[in-house]
Amino acid sequence: MSEIILKPKEQPLVPIEANNVTPDVFAGKTLEEIKNLGIWHGNRQDRLSKFFDIEGESSENPSEIKIIIDGSVPKTKWIGKAMTAGEILVKGDVNMYVGADMKGGKILVEGNAASWPGQDMQGGELTIMGNAGDYVGSAYRGDWRGMSGGLITVHGNVGNEIAEYMLGGKMVIKGNVSIMPGVHMNGGLLIIEGNVVARVGGEMKGGTIVVKGIIDEFLAGFKYLGIERDLNLEGEIIEGAYHKFKGDLATKGASGIVYAAVAGNSHIAPY
Amino acid sequence: MEHIIKNGIVYDPLNNIDGEQKDICIKDGKIVDSVSADANVTDASGQIIMPGGVDPHTHIAGAKVNVGRMIRPEDSKKDVVGRAPGQRGGSGFSVPSTFMTGYRYAQMGYTTAMEAAMPPLLARHTHEEFHDTPIIDHAAYPLFGNNWFVMQYLKEGDLDKTAAYASWLLRATKGYAIKIVNPAGTEAWAWGGNVHGIDDPAPYFDVTGGEIIKGLAEVNEMLGLPHPIHLHCNDLGHPGNYETTLKSFDIPKGIKANPITGNRDKVLYATHVQFHSYGGTNWRDFVSEAPKIADYVNKNDHIVIDVGQVTLDETTTMTADGPMEYDLHTLNGLKWANCDVELETGSGVVPFIYSGKAPVPSSQWAIGLELFLLVNDPEKICLTTDSPNAGPFTRYPRVMSWLMSNKYREDMIENHVHKWAQKKTSIATIDREYSFFEIAQISRATPAKVLGLSDTKGHLGVGADADIAIYPFNPETQDPSTDYMKLEEALTAASYVFKDGEIVVKDGKVVNIGLPGRCYWVNSIYDEELEKQIVGEVETMFKRYYSVNFANYAVQDEYLPRSTPVDGVIL
Repeated sequence: MSEIILKPKEQPLVPIEANNVTPDVFAGKTLEEIKNLGIWHGNRQDRLSKFFDIEGESSENPSEIKIIIDGSVPKTKWIGKAMTAGEILVKGDVNMYVGADMKGGKILVEGNAASWPGQDMQGGELTIMGNAGDYVGSAYRGDWRGMSGGLITVHGNVGNEIAEYMLGGKMVIKGNVSIMPGVHMNGGLLIIEGNVVARVGGEMKGGTIVVKGIIDEFLAGFKYLGIERDLNLEGEIIEGAYHKFKGDLATKGASGIVYAAVAGNSHIAPY
Repeated sequence: MEHIIKNGIVYDPLNNIDGEQKDICIKDGKIVDSVSADANVTDASGQIIMPGGVDPHTHIAGAKVNVGRMIRPEDSKKDVVGRAPGQRGGSGFSVPSTFMTGYRYAQMGYTTAMEAAMPPLLARHTHEEFHDTPIIDHAAYPLFGNNWFVMQYLKEGDLDKTAAYASWLLRATKGYAIKIVNPAGTEAWAWGGNVHGIDDPAPYFDVTGGEIIKGLAEVNEMLGLPHPIHLHCNDLGHPGNYETTLKSFDIPKGIKANPITGNRDKVLYATHVQFHSYGGTNWRDFVSEAPKIADYVNKNDHIVIDVGQVTLDETTTMTADGPMEYDLHTLNGLKWANCDVELETGSGVVPFIYSGKAPVPSSQWAIGLELFLLVNDPEKICLTTDSPNAGPFTRYPRVMSWLMSNKYREDMIENHVHKWAQKKTSIATIDREYSFFEIAQISRATPAKVLGLSDTKGHLGVGADADIAIYPFNPETQDPSTDYMKLEEALTAASYVFKDGEIVVKDGKVVNIGLPGRCYWVNSIYDEELEKQIVGEVETMFKRYYSVNFANYAVQDEYLPRSTPVDGVIL
């Protein structure tokens, strides 16, 4: 694995758009060419080297490249956009759209991510050790075809409308979630280990949501199917007892499934 | 400024020129007999020359087009073009931004495009978008078919009042033609319903679609308009609708064409007929009835149609046929926008994916081609995709290539569309191939003539506007029937496009936006005294029902940077 290290200089006030920071773009380029890559800053292009000290060595093959962003880049968007292979490690925070349109490879963010991580993701692995904002693994604005593959793991808490229009793949949130996770979901698996404020699976038509914590408020459009133990989902055993619901029947022909842990969720079971 | 285009192979149907090598001379924006030795020379050896394309039915400006842009950010995302020197950036695959719309028409060699549905109340918005649509000449057709005044006057049986209102409205909105969309149906939609066929009355007004078509067809000739009534029939997109279509076609038969400007002989322009050529009773037993429709067109001389060819793309449907859009939304489950335009009309917008893997879109694709290939006379049929309803206008080159190459169609039928295309239609049995002359007819000559603009548009004779497309395809050495991919490329990116005698496109790229496009509108005054009375009645209705003040309704001249009035009757 050849490593390329990007040491952030001072982050600008106006965020930069680092969609060129991927193993696919770096592959086959010399260090000098990488330093000179264009990067959008507001309405003009600057060179990558304006914002990062860059060292290391590239490779012909993107899967042989590991990009290390050696510090926090809270004003940098689109890291790893549409990457197909290789690895990116960010030793700090990132701005919006990390791993958007990602098709393969791995991204690990050690800090927090802003909104839209893994937008329209199709494959690969995106891991965020800290918290993330809204719309984790969601569709592009207006689109009804969202994340279709890959794995997103967030170890901290996340915001609203995660997994919106999700079609496939898997998302694991270890922390707590705000409102409307899995809204309009059509497929895939969303596992929430913490608590949810409200409206899990609003207008979902397909797919599966597992909530291990407490759902404060649950939607009326779900039909109660009873208690199920030790779920077997996509070959993974999720231990414990769960209330099982089907919905959201506010949508015609809906057959999404929501599992809510029996412990702590007696207020949403219909007895 | 003088210009001479040398040695091109010219297709100019209105002047009966079929592939002759010929020089074209240009002076001061017009085509002339000869130019001086100082003229700029463009060499078009081994290339095709046609008049600039004329699109008689497209949706490029106005409220519903903008709603299409607004509800589809994902359509904008997938097609983004950065700015270039002298040009703006833009975005949108099926509903491009205004500037990109102008550039893209020009790149294909199209220099005139007509917005086919303008709600009168939103005429200002439409003209504002025209203002920002560079290069192409344009006009807009105000919607009349569900208008309260029209329905009221027709209910009273008063054609004179209808005519006086129509001529006033055309001037007030700077409109060009009488557009009728699902007559009586969009008004019924305001009450939550629709009409079925031409004999179903609108609520309250109690006039039927058939009566509205007949009344407005007569009014159209009383006013001597350059274009016939422009009709979007009832029952669009419903299996079994071909009977309604044929009945509608028959209504204006016998009315005499009376254009003051131009020399059309037709009294009916029926649009996107592909969507109106379906048999059966539901989507399972649905079949093509395009042969019956084509047969009617072949046997009757009062009608011109355009096709509305499905291009098998993900696109955005938008029409003043509000109830149809609701039906479409319930069918495909995708997002839907609905719009009510007070006393005048309504509209809806729904994204649609015409997938070659799906049975119905594949059949629709074949039905459009059946119409093109079974209507014998290219003077009766125009090329459109009802852009963006059946596909974006940027696919015209592909449609032309399908028409010119049976081999291309065979490849589509065998490898790219659902077997329903063969099962439900006759497309696989037709081997006709269009010639370049016929392509120039359906995309230039026929639309220009039926629009009443064939004095200056759609041909390359002396006196015509110097709107000229040159395509890098050599008909003497290349065969469109086998070289169809090359043909599609050539038609997509003209080597030169002249607009008003200036080069605006070179090698498929816009190099100059030239003058603002002309805006054609009809200047007609039917009866000044009666008109005063009508305007009084309209003002009363404004006070009672409209959300805008009467004084703010009419589009003032300042909205038209290149106002080009065309005369109707002036009594």
